[in-house]
Amino acid sequence: MQKFALSLAAASMLVVSATAAQAADGRDYISVVGSSTVYPFTTAVAEQFGKSTKFKTPKIESTGTGGGMKLFCAGVGTTHPDITNASRRMKTSEMETCQKNGVTEVVEIKVGYDGIVVANSKKAGALQLSRKELFMALAKQVPSPAGGDTLVANPYKTWKDINSALPDTKIEVLGPPPTSGTRDAFVELVMDEGCSEFASIKALKKSDEKQFKAVCQTIREDGAYVEAGENDNLIVQKLDANPKSLGIFGFSFLDQNNDKIQGSVIDGQAPTFENIASGKYVVSRPLYIYVKKAHAGVIPGMNEYLAEFTNERAWGENGYLAEKGLIPMPKEERKTFAADAKALKPVVLK
Amino acid sequence: MSEPKKISTMDRVNVGLAARYRKERRFRLFGLSAIVASLMFLVLLLGSIVAKGYTAFRQTEILLDIHFDPAVLDVNNLATANYAALVRDAVLALFPEVDSRQDKRLLAKLASTGAAYTVQAMVLAKPELIGSTRAIWVLADDEVDMFVKGHIPRDVPEAERRVNDQQVVWIDQLIASSRLEQKFNTTFFEAGDSREPELAGIRGAAMGSMFTLIVTLLLSFPIGVAAAVYLEEFAPKNRWTDLIEVNINNLAAIPSIVFGLLGLAVFLNFMNLPRSASLVGGLVLTLMTLPTIIIASRASLKSVPPSIREAALGVGASKMQTISHHILPLAMPGMMTGAIIGMARALGETAPLLMIGMVAFIVDVPHGFNDPATVLPVQIYLWADSPERAFVERTSAAIMVLLLLLLTMNAAAVFLRNKFERRW
Repeated sequence: MQKFALSLAAASMLVVSATAAQAADGRDYISVVGSSTVYPFTTAVAEQFGKSTKFKTPKIESTGTGGGMKLFCAGVGTTHPDITNASRRMKTSEMETCQKNGVTEVVEIKVGYDGIVVANSKKAGALQLSRKELFMALAKQVPSPAGGDTLVANPYKTWKDINSALPDTKIEVLGPPPTSGTRDAFVELVMDEGCSEFASIKALKKSDEKQFKAVCQTIREDGAYVEAGENDNLIVQKLDANPKSLGIFGFSFLDQNNDKIQGSVIDGQAPTFENIASGKYVVSRPLYIYVKKAHAGVIPGMNEYLAEFTNERAWGENGYLAEKGLIPMPKEERKTFAADAKALKPVVLK
Repeated sequence: MSEPKKISTMDRVNVGLAARYRKERRFRLFGLSAIVASLMFLVLLLGSIVAKGYTAFRQTEILLDIHFDPAVLDVNNLATANYAALVRDAVLALFPEVDSRQDKRLLAKLASTGAAYTVQAMVLAKPELIGSTRAIWVLADDEVDMFVKGHIPRDVPEAERRVNDQQVVWIDQLIASSRLEQKFNTTFFEAGDSREPELAGIRGAAMGSMFTLIVTLLLSFPIGVAAAVYLEEFAPKNRWTDLIEVNINNLAAIPSIVFGLLGLAVFLNFMNLPRSASLVGGLVLTLMTLPTIIIASRASLKSVPPSIREAALGVGASKMQTISHHILPLAMPGMMTGAIIGMARALGETAPLLMIGMVAFIVDVPHGFNDPATVLPVQIYLWADSPERAFVERTSAAIMVLLLLLLTMNAAAVFLRNKFERRW
């Protein structure tokens, strides 16, 4: 018994001391953090990179854009990540944090576009929506339907209440929670635009921007908008089970589930690969990766990883990222960003 | 004033007897229905997981006649040769009549991108293959796999399917000539994570779980037992001991994410241990399982009858001898049960690992305590969030593996208890 306890204690000491000694060494793999939207694409590149080069496969954490920026800007050195994924541009406040912590040179690479779709089950008919209608369906406060400039609590119960051309079904939209980058983008691209179509609210933008934001970006809480969590697969399953509801998620999930769900036409354009790539479909956003210049040359494989990412076979029109649902940038833009990546040109945020 | 009718006690009992029996039956029925309801939920849960996941243990493969073309394979540079071209040529050779560029691309897509790695591994292991032609089973693409298994329906319009009509014809022909079959999915148990469902496996996550649990066990068991022995045998009964006891009981009920935050602050930011390493994961889970082990160990120390202590002391054993020769061995089965249950809980944890970076995409199978690693429940979470349909069945399959592990651990706990437990 005593022997057993002693050997157990000795073994545990051994493990701790051995690993602690190892931990002091540097890191020989690339560490990536950031947006869960960019995650499927970064991981695909990482895997390809790991299998086709002598370098180790990069480690990719899905922390969300904001969380990624926080980790990325925490400092320079092997304990901090090398690259962060973002489903929006870096904010100036984040850049300031970076600068303060010694991360002076950051390379910005736009990698492509992502479409956000409003979809429903194939068992029901496809919807034709405008951003104004979406705003009217989802905002907490809307201009009174009786006319005038007064704002009232959202009175619309069915889609037909908003536009008589729409079906007479209850408004029920499953979407991401406020912590999600998809939600941020949806609010910015749909709600802001939709509410600006009311002259009274638009005037508010100039006079009282805070109030404008509060009106446009607050989503109703009376059960018509259901926060379905960050798991887009779950939303797809729920749509399939309940054909009356709509869901908001990234294009790649529509692309993979074409037999079950269909994307609503927004402002006259269907969410197809071609329409998003050409910019006709309005609810799309650019995706970025940010690279710490100080780490290139310190962490092995950084330059090669960026070369793989900006290679035509990855992010080109027929590349494997397009296969995963990334919408490629126009050729000229790809060229510019590939050159930036190669030269590691630090970004200056305006 | 009328005299109350005289009834005997027996009569009174008989009057209420039926009602009493009814009450008792109802009570029993409530209990039974609770059991039936929970069993039904369990069956529903397990049934849906198994129904969704059992297909993942079979994987569609294609028989290709790979010609190890010396023109493509440069003997001096085998590591970077274009193996994908060999696979592509072999797939195209199956249907020589296909000539349009578009169709060729569709045809080449039937084989997984992983097929090239299979060929590469073969050549690197046996360079003398170059120049020969061999029939090899390689992985089919995940969409072919989903189609063969019926997860992509055949009867919907072409535009709604990710396998188009032309590909369906090819697949049917390959099945007819028995060049396309479902085989046991070894990749699932041998590979790390991947973005291609057919190449993804649970080996990486399973190894990560193993390393994490080793650290947890090696630290939490000795510390937990030592703490329990001190508190039970040596500590004076005073306010401080009571305070510690209350705190330990409280800690056992704390949400596990809190331990993750603590781990982030102490192990990563203060001690500068590497992010995403199973060492740190093990340390955090140690903090989490310690209270469980201490409580279980104390309970099993308490259950050793005082007569044994007194007898040992009576024949002249020291306190230390009493504990190490008599009490600890008798309490050990209970302590081990506690430890195993604690480990089983640690095996299923994801929340505290989120904070220390173990929720990550990691392809390489970890080989040590410092390698970046993830664990089984995290792998399940990541797959559940992936858009590719083939990950649905893999998610369920990984859940089955995790449940099996948990079941084994709990069975071990029950076995230990039954085998070594002594009753007085």
